[in-house]
Amino acid sequence: MTESSWRMPRWFHQMGSPKWFYGFAGILQPWFAIAALGLLTWGALWGLAFAPADYQQGNSFRIMYVHVPAAILSQSIFLGMAVAGAVGLVWKMKVAFMVARSCIAIGATFTAIALVTGAIWGKPTWGAYWVWDARLTSTLVLFFLYAGIMALNQAISERHIAGKATAILAIVGTINIPIIKYSVEWWNTLHQSSSFTLTAKPSMPAEMYLPLLLTVLGSYCFFALVVLMRTRSQIVQSQSGASWLMQHRDITGA
Amino acid sequence: MYFESLDALLNMAGHGPYVWSCYGLFFALLGLNVWHAKRQQLKALKQVKALVRRNS
Repeated sequence: MTESSWRMPRWFHQMGSPKWFYGFAGILQPWFAIAALGLLTWGALWGLAFAPADYQQGNSFRIMYVHVPAAILSQSIFLGMAVAGAVGLVWKMKVAFMVARSCIAIGATFTAIALVTGAIWGKPTWGAYWVWDARLTSTLVLFFLYAGIMALNQAISERHIAGKATAILAIVGTINIPIIKYSVEWWNTLHQSSSFTLTAKPSMPAEMYLPLLLTVLGSYCFFALVVLMRTRSQIVQSQSGASWLMQHRDITGA
Repeated sequence: MYFESLDALLNMAGHGPYVWSCYGLFFALLGLNVWHAKRQQLKALKQVKALVRRNS
């Protein structure tokens, strides 16, 4: 293989430029906002009012349409944060550290939603808000990991060091992700196994899983929107004296 | 619609409080995230605008 074939594609290096990223994210942002709003509204309305009730759980199963996307996103965001952190460490890319940092609050939010909606769903289904079962406990650990990374970030005032520390903690913390995913298979748990995977046909009828697909996609778009917004803010803060930013229409208003 | 009336939709055969509180929490926390991110963005832009004004 020639040396040039090992080079990273052009867009990869462009993403590392704060100016380029700021502009590109500005173009994407409104599209993600529209997609998130549309998909989440459509999915939630369908799930709440039009999907048929579950033959065993009755109407409480409708919580699935917010609980499952939150649980999927809580893990995806953590992996995304670790990947962005690793890119930052390997290629010394400041924008990647900013992306990783932007993932913390939204990831913690989705984890909190998954935990609380899961607890509320547990009451009519299992008769208890909380049980110390493997899936629930490993998700609680994930929330503590997010909280730890958030605290670490706020404790270190030097942005570059905070970025590196976030990256390392996120990479180490990914060990928890397969534990959450396979907890329902490795241990005897009260939590049901996945009824929705990318590889297999869903075990429920279309009018039940399509709203779920919409809320999952909508949640991914929402995550992208918030990460772009937060990363752009960090770019503005770090580049405050740069001439490209001073002349940008967001500053000049023209 | 799956439900026969608005009352039935709100009550969901007794599961209403569980279901509606979950949806409320989901959208409230998502809304809070966008609001906070937007506030952060406006604050950062305001600081740079002030810097531009001072320099000019």
